[in-house]
Amino acid sequence: MNSFLRNKRTKSFGITFLIVTTICFMTGPSGSSTNPVAGFSGALFNTAPFLGLFTTRRWVVFFLFAIIAFALQQIWKSYGARIRSGYSIVMAKPREIKSKRPVRLGSYGALLVLAILLPHLITDPFWQVAMVQQIAVYVLLALGLNVVVGFAGLLDLGFVAFYAIGAYATAWVVGSLPTPPLFGHILNNFWAIPIAIVLAMVSGIILGTPTLRLRGDYLAIVTLGFGEIITIFANNLNGITGGPQGSHIIPHFSLHLGPLRYVWGSGPIPYYYLILVFLVLFLLGFSFLEQSRIGRTWTAIREDEVAAESVGINPLKYKVMAFAIGAASAGFSGVMTASQQNFVFPSTFTLFFSINILVLVIFGGLGSIRGVVFGAIVVQTITMYLLHSPPSGYQPADLYMYIGAMLVVMMIFRPAGLLPATRRKRELQQRLEEVE
Amino acid sequence: MTSNELLLSVEGVTLRFGGVTSLNNVSMNQKRGEILAVIGPNGAGKTSLFNSLTGVYQPQEGKILLHRIDQPAMSVIGQKAHRVAKAGVARTFQASRMFGALTAYENVKIGAEDHSGLGFVGAMLKGPRTRRGERESDAKTEELLEFVGLTKQANTISASLSYGDRRRLEIARGLATNPNVLLLDEPAAGTNPSEKVQLTELIRKVRDDMGVSILLIEHDMKLVMSLAERLYVLNFGAVIAEGTPDEIRSNPKVVEAYLGSAATKGNK
Repeated sequence: MNSFLRNKRTKSFGITFLIVTTICFMTGPSGSSTNPVAGFSGALFNTAPFLGLFTTRRWVVFFLFAIIAFALQQIWKSYGARIRSGYSIVMAKPREIKSKRPVRLGSYGALLVLAILLPHLITDPFWQVAMVQQIAVYVLLALGLNVVVGFAGLLDLGFVAFYAIGAYATAWVVGSLPTPPLFGHILNNFWAIPIAIVLAMVSGIILGTPTLRLRGDYLAIVTLGFGEIITIFANNLNGITGGPQGSHIIPHFSLHLGPLRYVWGSGPIPYYYLILVFLVLFLLGFSFLEQSRIGRTWTAIREDEVAAESVGINPLKYKVMAFAIGAASAGFSGVMTASQQNFVFPSTFTLFFSINILVLVIFGGLGSIRGVVFGAIVVQTITMYLLHSPPSGYQPADLYMYIGAMLVVMMIFRPAGLLPATRRKRELQQRLEEVE
Repeated sequence: MTSNELLLSVEGVTLRFGGVTSLNNVSMNQKRGEILAVIGPNGAGKTSLFNSLTGVYQPQEGKILLHRIDQPAMSVIGQKAHRVAKAGVARTFQASRMFGALTAYENVKIGAEDHSGLGFVGAMLKGPRTRRGERESDAKTEELLEFVGLTKQANTISASLSYGDRRRLEIARGLATNPNVLLLDEPAAGTNPSEKVQLTELIRKVRDDMGVSILLIEHDMKLVMSLAERLYVLNFGAVIAEGTPDEIRSNPKVVEAYLGSAATKGNK
């Protein structure tokens, strides 16, 4: 009996069984205060379909799932290495083709064409709005946070602050706040872009210069505090920000160039294209940045700050720079959101928001531009899907549980993210080798 | 090669960590173009001296002056490490510190690049100045990799280089910053005899071909004695002797520091 319990297979079946049992209870009905046991018994004895084949008690269904999962696990253990090596042989040719420059540029071009056509392919109004408000803007934000967390390796938990600064700057410039607009003139939304970027950058520099001397956890705490401060300011400075109500009268983007007149606003699609244009610019700018002297310097600082200093690099300067660039893109996203939604109010700028963006970056792959874009699209699409057509028994509050579970699974199987950055992946491997 | 012009002068430097005195009233100097070595038993304060010279540690007392051509001397104490590096003091580390996830080429290129400006807007737009900078540092990197003999390994991840190669890469990275003086902290540690010979040649070549002065910490006596033109001996944080290799070899104080007092008493 003892040797049976110590057997590796028994152990891994036990773990699989426990995980499946947990899922069984988690997805089951919830109990009530009058009958607390109902949830448990319901989770076990209600009926559920098994792969659409037959319907039986839930515990049987989940037990069968546990066995299937265990079997797959065992197969992977015995044949996994062979499957993987076979895969790399099969993929060697495509990978070689993929690395060729024209092919790469071509595939990026194809993706761009797809992005341009997307609003015509997806006509569901829910998804059209989601594409702008929840996906495109979040991709922008994730790209910006990636510069801070991914490139420079600084954990920033107050990223929302810069986004809020951008949004409020827009409301200020276009004259929608109680406080008088800049220079007393109401300006077009387009003017809000440079002003918001500069304001976000300046606040990034003001926050960064003293705090970026701190390392790791300390920096995270200070940035977290900054995020909260900005939200509280926005909430309490009634005379300047409009207090908890914020502002609901922000106009749309509009263009008045002689005979050329255009107002963004009829539906989300014009905004989609506006953001897409900037997104492409940001993508190009950030990938040039990554390959440049500055990108290399960030990697050097992340790897070994003392050695970086020994070749004449001022770490603080580069950290502040990363912080300011990240802040600028968050400020820009703030302009887009405020203009598109026509409102700005403090309760949208929560800590949860910062963490959400961080999840997108980690999920996609820290430091990997394509990974972050892809990760942001995937996670936000899942989130929106669950909101739009929730599966039975799904509660909106469950969202973070699923996202959390997804992250845990990711960290086990792809610790460097969905599409990892080569440099980051190497770093991770080296750390593992050091531990071993 | 060695001129009479001063390059580095250290006067009465004392470095303490709490109650522990790591360097005690150390004075020394180095002439431009000289290969100078600092030796001493473990814990004598050699690496502390290096860290003080490069601005990593800040000694409580004394003066460290870096004499430059056509510029007033710079006082190292009170300066940040990156400013000292920019002023022309390059170094390698005792346990070699590479940027492990980057290739050998990228490691040297980081050293070759000009880190003084900001230039992120130019970098994002790939502007003409950024491109010119890239071309210049590429040329320098290739030249230096060839100089240290790592052209073949240029695209190898630096963490997977052999120990000897890493040492040479570190020297190339240091040289890329256009230093006046290169500080080598135990460059031969962990290398095999044939690598040691190559390294000795390389260090001499750095001085002869590039005109960079060398300040060296080393435990390998054969290497030090063949390479150095002058030596300082540290023991318990203080300079106990100074002189040419021959003078040092026959100095009783040095023998005592290395072998204990019994050795010298026995000789008498």
